[in-house]
Amino acid sequence: MEPLLHPEPHPAETVLLSKRFRLPNSRSIDTFLANGGFQSFRKALAMTPDQIVDELKASNLRGRGGAGFPVGMKWGFVPRTGAKPRYIVVNADESEPGTCKDRVIMQYDPHRLIEGCLIAARVIDSRRGWIYIRGEYRYLIDLMDQALEEAYAKGWLGKNIQGTGFDFDLSTHSGAGAYECGEESALLESLEGKRGNPRIKPPFPATSGAFQCPTILNNVESYAAVPDIIEMGGAAYAALGVAKAGGTKLTCLTGHVNRPGVYELTLGFPVRKMLEEVGGGIRNGRKMKAFIPGGSSCPVLTGEEAWEATMDYDAMAKLKTMLGSGGVVIIDDTTDMVKLALRIMRFYKHESCGWCIPCREGTLWLTKLLTRLDEGAANAHDIDMVGELAENMLGRTFCALGDAAALPTISIVKKFRHEFEAKIASSSVSMTGAGLVRIHS
Amino acid sequence: MTFSPQLEARLSKLVQNYPPGRLKGALIPMLMYCQDEVGAVTRELTEEVASRCGVSTLEVDEVVGFYTMLRSQPMGKTHLQICTNISCMLWGGEELWNHACHKLGIGHNQVSEDGSISLEEVECIGACSWAPAIQTNYDFHHHVTVERLDQIIDGLRKKQ
Amino acid sequence: MADPVTLTIDGQSLQAMPGTLVIDAAKRAGINIPSFCYYEGLSLQAACRMCLVEVEKMPKLQASCTLTVAEGMVVRTESPQVAAARKQMLEFLLTNHPLDCPVCDKGGECELQDMVFRYGAGESRYTEIKHHVDEKQWSPVVFYDAPRCILCYRCVRVCDEGLGVKALGVTHRGAYSEITPNFGDHLNCDECGACIDICPVGALTSGIYRYQTRPWEMDHVGTVCGHCADGCKTTLSVRDNEIVRGNNRDQSGINGDFLCVKGRYAFDFISHPERLQSPLIRKNGALVEASWSEAIKRVGQRLNEIRTAGGKIGVVGSNQTTNEENYYLQKFAREGLGTPHIDHQRTGDVASLLDALSGSAAGLATAEDVYESDAVLIIGADLSQQHPFLAWQVRANWRHHQAAVYTVTPGPVREDKVAISKLRYSDGDPWPRLHELAADLKTRKRLVVIFGDVIKGAAVGQLVEFGASLGIPVQYICLVDYANSRGAIDMGLHPELSPGYEPAPEKGMSMDQMLAAPDLAALWVVGADPLGGAALPPGTFLLVQDLFLTDTARRAEVVLPSASLYEKPGTVTNGTGQVQRLKKALGVMGAKTDLEIFALIGRATGINVGPAQHERIFEEIRARVRGYNVPLPVIATGGAAATAAVNGRVNVEARPDLIRSFGDTLFTSGSLGRYSKTLASVLESPGQLYQSK
Repeated sequence: MEPLLHPEPHPAETVLLSKRFRLPNSRSIDTFLANGGFQSFRKALAMTPDQIVDELKASNLRGRGGAGFPVGMKWGFVPRTGAKPRYIVVNADESEPGTCKDRVIMQYDPHRLIEGCLIAARVIDSRRGWIYIRGEYRYLIDLMDQALEEAYAKGWLGKNIQGTGFDFDLSTHSGAGAYECGEESALLESLEGKRGNPRIKPPFPATSGAFQCPTILNNVESYAAVPDIIEMGGAAYAALGVAKAGGTKLTCLTGHVNRPGVYELTLGFPVRKMLEEVGGGIRNGRKMKAFIPGGSSCPVLTGEEAWEATMDYDAMAKLKTMLGSGGVVIIDDTTDMVKLALRIMRFYKHESCGWCIPCREGTLWLTKLLTRLDEGAANAHDIDMVGELAENMLGRTFCALGDAAALPTISIVKKFRHEFEAKIASSSVSMTGAGLVRIHS
Repeated sequence: MTFSPQLEARLSKLVQNYPPGRLKGALIPMLMYCQDEVGAVTRELTEEVASRCGVSTLEVDEVVGFYTMLRSQPMGKTHLQICTNISCMLWGGEELWNHACHKLGIGHNQVSEDGSISLEEVECIGACSWAPAIQTNYDFHHHVTVERLDQIIDGLRKKQ
Repeated sequence: MADPVTLTIDGQSLQAMPGTLVIDAAKRAGINIPSFCYYEGLSLQAACRMCLVEVEKMPKLQASCTLTVAEGMVVRTESPQVAAARKQMLEFLLTNHPLDCPVCDKGGECELQDMVFRYGAGESRYTEIKHHVDEKQWSPVVFYDAPRCILCYRCVRVCDEGLGVKALGVTHRGAYSEITPNFGDHLNCDECGACIDICPVGALTSGIYRYQTRPWEMDHVGTVCGHCADGCKTTLSVRDNEIVRGNNRDQSGINGDFLCVKGRYAFDFISHPERLQSPLIRKNGALVEASWSEAIKRVGQRLNEIRTAGGKIGVVGSNQTTNEENYYLQKFAREGLGTPHIDHQRTGDVASLLDALSGSAAGLATAEDVYESDAVLIIGADLSQQHPFLAWQVRANWRHHQAAVYTVTPGPVREDKVAISKLRYSDGDPWPRLHELAADLKTRKRLVVIFGDVIKGAAVGQLVEFGASLGIPVQYICLVDYANSRGAIDMGLHPELSPGYEPAPEKGMSMDQMLAAPDLAALWVVGADPLGGAALPPGTFLLVQDLFLTDTARRAEVVLPSASLYEKPGTVTNGTGQVQRLKKALGVMGAKTDLEIFALIGRATGINVGPAQHERIFEEIRARVRGYNVPLPVIATGGAAATAAVNGRVNVEARPDLIRSFGDTLFTSGSLGRYSKTLASVLESPGQLYQSK
């Protein structure tokens, strides 16, 4: 198994969620229990569901999967009684390019996730949950299965947990290779054994989720953050971050930095400090040309735009991008932005579920068009067309995947148009009308 | 179809995880676990899993067609997956991909003649901070260089 | 019930109930919002994005097929922004769609073509190479051309939700998504072709019609299907006196979107090589072709000899001739030939049901009641196999109104899938099971009982008593087999009943008695094949009118080639008692309608029971036959007019032994089915493995 952590946390990190990561044998339930494990769940058992939800609301914890929806509010929407069973679902389908943080949680502190699920189960009186883990993470499915087995063996899952009369079953559920299943309703379809097409919303999972029953569905990191909030109180957690975004976030530094890695940083952490201190500066002393704050779905910032920003939802929204999933991609000035745009579009073309027309056809067309542009077999109209086609997808697709494909593309064409033009100018291929096309399937 | 006792044990646990009457939920994990043992979702496996999950073979076909990790044709004994998505691309993922293609003489989703290795250019595998990354079957390899890739491939060939 | 909300669509203020979809509310106001994937009655998809509309105070365009109305909502369905979005959507759609409308089978009746015309996405900026895959044949009647497919999933839904088959699914993903059949490379299904009808583009095409002609080169004749008793409307498209296609293009029939394999494809018996196109008369022991005048002369002579000698004449009528013909035939027999011996092969005990219902509050149900009643009880019938439209109605009711469906059958049936209770009985005795259900049935608001020939004779009365004991409104459907089985008994093709279930002036022999009578001098068989292996006494004059040389016709002295229901005007009455008008689609050389033949025989025998004109006979039926005073405008415009319940005692001898269903399946249709090449081809295709059970 590959190690995922630097031996020591960076001094600028706030070690909270990651506090057990570097303990010897951190995965084992014994380590977990010896280091405060399940204490928050015990505390939560003594609280009313409303009190738990209030703490979460006070914590300003926002969904860590990318959309940033307030977790307390989401849990508050779910009915707590009724004829239908209520379910807990964990989204561990981590697939957003640039994002590799849930892997770290599950590899180093799987019981933290279980504890988060137990607290959620307590809130809505749920008896059953699933951890939907992407198929590529098979080793984590196996690790998680081991952790679950330990928890069952020690009476932290199953019937009458620790003699409290509370029952809860939790199991893993393997995905099989589909980015779209990270979208919550597509994940639920997949959990039910179907193609990973998203569902029509409303109804939202809070009222009709897994197997058409009320469901809390959150990202791994969101659940993993909950025990700390219960332990320290929502207000204290919120104080770690900035207004409307509390606590810490596992941030994946990727791309052209000297010290890539997953770091626990407070919300609102300055980008400059993150790159220069935590990330050790831009690789080879180059200049940062572009910056993706949280996975490939976010509009791309120029280096200049990014340097003085802070890592929180509102600051990124002001720059017309998103904080996203925490998958930071740093792109230096040696990088071909046309190639990057093409690579991003190829990804979305590959992952489009095909349900709706604009995403299905738009991503394929744009892939072909960007391939041509990358090869210089294009003209100035083609550059405009990339932006126009992306705009035509934007906001009109069935789910957010179409937007995810359109947004980075629009931003790259807008901010790095000169690179497209240069490619055409330096190309030996001349394009007059229709012609020379290579298909990239 | 007969499976190994280990697989049967895993499947019998799996099917208990879904609400009554919703056994179809077990379909995708069951296909994944069975495919690992059988090598591919063959017709026979399709029928077996369909009957175990109480669904039609069409429902299995729909799912197998959708998910990239489910395959109706077997891959090599070791399936080499090279990520070229952005974070890996920025650390040379495409060079690794091209190198592997040339070294093995096969392309995307192709199997070497002896069936030992197959190759796939994959989308983000969640190893972005340790790029460039590859997977051999389910094992991750981080910070892979061309030299390291050569060693991995040579090691796989030797194992044959 | 909640109060309606007021909203504005394209400047029109209108009211709609909460929960109404904007696309439906607009439609009711006469505003047509375009869509591919939205299809009334099927589940929602929101996939095609063609129905996007502008809604005030909403930042993005909204899919009107999933957006529900709200108080004060202001919707614009054709603003410049909306029109641009649709044009752009079409541009996307056409990227990989072949632009070869002139050679596409759907050209001229393609929704995509119409949409492009409307929104002007005629020019494409797409210069890349199109993704192509080859066309596939999935069954003798279904072809799929993936590049033309726009993935609206109508076919998938109609097959799953409408037919309850789920033979179609989706495989691969993204731009490479395709519709896929249930057995990998072929279909194993009802072969009903609903997927072809519902396909808005040329992706799914009909194996028997494709590339034959263009839609505008045909006459489209909406008539009633000539096979089972459900009475579906089928549109026969005719070119040069040949039926090229049957489909449900019209959709104005009681069957709405539904049509089964027989209604769609099994018109081809008409042109089967064995179709009789010349009268046959027996000469020197063999049947040989003769002219109409020679054959009719022989019939006249023989009948008049027998009449003069006072010989017994039996008449067997048809389940597949028109009401007018049936009425005229019984009149000809009773008043002209003076014989009381007239009958037909009874396939359901309608007479006992009407008798049992006499004076009761309970009544007869139509297919519409099957869709609307909150409970449906099916006794001893495999509806999906034998009455596929009623089965469709049951499923639609379950889908749309969560109807409680009960099946009480000897074996599993497809309706079990939607049933809250599925009970099996043995030894032909459903009663113990019915009694088990009584308590549950009593909790329902309204019940439709559909029963097959397991309930007949005195049991029908018991069933109606059982229904009355439930204390809820109950309606009944007595299943019968063929297109005009119901009309046959209504029109008095019965030894004890005159038209309208009035007592016959003189009781005659039943069909079985006629066949067994040692002194039968003549047997006149119209559109039936009662003889089987039996033989008539030597010297009996056997006259047969039929389309084909049936087993009975082979023994006849004279065989007269008759026209099918697709070759004549008139009316038929479906199993639930609704009268519908037939339209003549074409004529077959040499054959004559049974009514014409009666007229010729009348002239040759000197019998005149009135003009043999279908309109005049229908007027007489309306005036004289109980329950048949149906409104002419409904009939004239191709509607279905329900006959009124007889509501009086029907005094007939209970003879359950005479009630025999033919037990046809989806792929058989009595003697007609044997002569349909298409029905035979789907049976011989790999699809034959399909079992509804």
